[in-house]
Amino acid sequence: MKLSEAAAALPVKVLTGDCVRDPEISTVYTCDLLSRVMSMSEKDCIWITVLTHLNVVAVAQLADIACIVIPEDIPVPESTIEKAKEEQISIFSTSLPTYELCWRLHDLMSGTEA
Amino acid sequence: MAEISSMHIECIIDKDDFNAAGEASSKVKKSLNMLGIPPKTIKRIAVAMYEAEINAFIHGGGGKAVADIYPDRVEVLISDEGKGIADLDLAMQEGYSTAPEEVRMLGFGAGMGLPNIKRNSDELDIDSAPGKGTRVKMKFKLS
Ligand SMILES: Nc1ncnc2c1ncn2[C@@H]1O[C@H](COP(=O)(O)OP(=O)(O)OP(=O)(O)O)[C@@H](O)[C@H]1O
Ligand SMILES: [Mg+2]
Repeated sequence: MKLSEAAAALPVKVLTGDCVRDPEISTVYTCDLLSRVMSMSEKDCIWITVLTHLNVVAVAQLADIACIVIPEDIPVPESTIEKAKEEQISIFSTSLPTYELCWRLHDLMSGTEA
Repeated sequence: MAEISSMHIECIIDKDDFNAAGEASSKVKKSLNMLGIPPKTIKRIAVAMYEAEINAFIHGGGGKAVADIYPDRVEVLISDEGKGIADLDLAMQEGYSTAPEEVRMLGFGAGMGLPNIKRNSDELDIDSAPGKGTRVKMKFKLS
């Protein structure tokens, strides 16, 4: 599934505008410890985290992450959004908590979506 | 005559600029991308270098990042004049961290940085002692 298709099928707001880089999503990963994310995440994955500072974009860029999803309507600083655009990484925001978001993504990616 | 690197990248790791921490690894990543190095190799180098840069920022009170890209390898030196590491074997253990509360709030402090560096580099040499700062030297093969 393409990142843009996931964006369209989920209750998310795309903070970075149109998906500049729109790869096939590899998998979904969620963790708020940056070293762990760098060692465990896969290329072109969606990463769900509650962290919103600028270095989150740096980590995503270094780890070849396609998209950062911020749950629970946590506000994202404008500087983080700008940096993500520069690095061609998408940021989505959603009101869903992480558990529910993972559940929906799972259904979506395994094609069990009603 | 000393061998001249194809590309030389140098960045100051400013102790007061959290947002700029990791700048050097990002630059190296972009350069390697342009050289057409395989993405997996680039990720290894970028992650190891970023971990060392962030350590110099968080634990070392800032320092310097230097990277040299040669046709067959990348050499990186991250140095700081901070408090140094008293027990390197302990620091290398996954899960060991002395990161203060305020940086844990930012997602650091898993105690996985040094193990990540070890796993992702082909050669690693850490020279550190209390009061003498820390120098992390890494080599990566490009093949
Ligand atoms: N440059 C440095 N100067 C002083 N101490 C250091 C330095 N680098 C690492 N250390 C010490 O080694 C410990 C382990 O480092 P490591 O990078 O593995 O974990 P961390 O930085 O605490 O957490 P993480 O990297 O997972 O965010 C640190 O908590 C710190 O005590
Ligand atoms: Mg670290």
